[in-house]
Amino acid sequence: MLAIYKREMRSYFTGAIGYAFLVIYLAAAGIVFSYTTLFSMSADVTAFFTLMLIFSAVMLPILTMKSFSEERKTKTEQLVLTAPVSIFSMVAGKFLAAYSMFAMAHVFSSLYCLLLLPYGNLKAAVMLGNMLALLLVGMVFVSVGLFVSSLTENQLAAAVGTIAIILLLLAVGLIGLFLPTTYWLRFVFDAVSIFTRFQNFTAGYFDIASVVYYLSVSAVFLYLTVRVYDRRRYN
Amino acid sequence: MVKAKNLVKRYGSNYALNDVSFEIGEGEIVGLLGPNGAGKSTAMNILTGYLSSSSGEATINGISILENPIEAKRLIGFLPEQPPIYPEMTVLEYLNFVYELKGCEFPRGEHIGEILSVVKLTDVKDRLIKNLSKGYKQRVGIAQALVGDPKVIIFDEPTVGLDPKQILEVRNLIRTLGKRHTVILSTHILAEVQAVCERVIIINKGKIIADARTEDIVRTIEDGYCYEARICGPTREVISAVKRINGVRSVDEAGVRDGDAAVINIETVGGSDIRRALFRLCVQNNWALIGLMPVGTDLESVFIRLVDRSERPDSSRRGLKRN
Repeated sequence: MLAIYKREMRSYFTGAIGYAFLVIYLAAAGIVFSYTTLFSMSADVTAFFTLMLIFSAVMLPILTMKSFSEERKTKTEQLVLTAPVSIFSMVAGKFLAAYSMFAMAHVFSSLYCLLLLPYGNLKAAVMLGNMLALLLVGMVFVSVGLFVSSLTENQLAAAVGTIAIILLLLAVGLIGLFLPTTYWLRFVFDAVSIFTRFQNFTAGYFDIASVVYYLSVSAVFLYLTVRVYDRRRYN
Repeated sequence: MVKAKNLVKRYGSNYALNDVSFEIGEGEIVGLLGPNGAGKSTAMNILTGYLSSSSGEATINGISILENPIEAKRLIGFLPEQPPIYPEMTVLEYLNFVYELKGCEFPRGEHIGEILSVVKLTDVKDRLIKNLSKGYKQRVGIAQALVGDPKVIIFDEPTVGLDPKQILEVRNLIRTLGKRHTVILSTHILAEVQAVCERVIIINKGKIIADARTEDIVRTIEDGYCYEARICGPTREVISAVKRINGVRSVDEAGVRDGDAAVINIETVGGSDIRRALFRLCVQNNWALIGLMPVGTDLESVFIRLVDRSERPDSSRRGLKRN
């Protein structure tokens, strides 16, 4: 697992993708941060993190699209799949590598919030809640990205497919908003919505149920990825 | 060391492998020979655990690749048809990655250094793989298979796309490896098997049609030769005269005449050499013999002959099957 993790990290930084991802993410975060806080004279960072969540939905697939697709296309996966390594370790190594990239970008961009300290009243609970929430949501996005990447040789298809699934997961919460609060479907939509759960954190609550939810969704997609590889040996 | 028992691989209603069984002992160099699409790669992919068989079992040193894949894979080094190399790494970085991937426990520098010198890559060890020539890339692929000193080495078409000099080098390398490892290689080139392997398993359409020592196979192939002859004389007379030679099974016109020469195909009865008789016949009739060439020793013809034999119910099949 460690060998695969190291190789993935190296491949992010020997090509342009790793640098491009970090630069674009941090630059976009800078712009979003300036507009939502500095220019609008606000010390509330919730809008910043919420917009970054949407932005991550589009950026993360670029990070994960090649994880499996490229190896499948160039047949380098044959090396990994015939080495004494379990499929789970392969998936875990790739997941941790893509997730480290995201976490790195996310933690750096969160440091921007400290710029507000001299000017306003930055609420630590809100900031930490937002940070943690986005870290968890990122985990889900990366898992979705890896799963879709394992399905196709085509990197572009992997990226587009991932964005589609992520947008669908986000849209579920929006549909719920149009339903009356007493209707049972509203309850279901809210429970499975990535976005509704995100909002709990942005208010500064530590919602253990949501933590479990994000971890489970992520685990489900990683499990599906392992299954895809398991299954493919028989096809 | 390597055992395949009733391997079947089905894709829908097509059989890529149909009830394939063989056993390969320690230290053997075995060639899997067959035309493209015969099932060689499928067999190798199943032995290495990349694919699973629809039924049947593959074991390496008694360990089932399906039930205990990690332990079984530890014993195998595999070079797939397309070397699994990462172009953005240097040769040394790549081999270090493979070393870690396989979880080796030898002294690392010494082990990798030894492999580099065996496959003659020491000079290019710090170059990016993407900048290497095809022959070098193939060697990197071979080096990768050797990492971890596996007992069994499986090469899928190791010489495809190499120039003649590189082909000889790779063949020599395989022969050297055969002294310490069990080697299985696949190829569709008959001469390659002859040059490297002690034993050959011939696969066609997913089935084993012959499994024997290489020299036995070669003898079978040479038995019942076909010749193409160019004889300056009237076609019809030439054909009827040649037909009367002892040991000739059939004669037919091969195509258009070559100037004033008839071009004919002569098939002989197994084991008989008609060349001298043919020469004398030409002298008697005052025909000039301007060409005599054996044909049909290419793989396709060999298959036709072997398939013919394996379908014939008589004893001519004896000696081609080991079990």
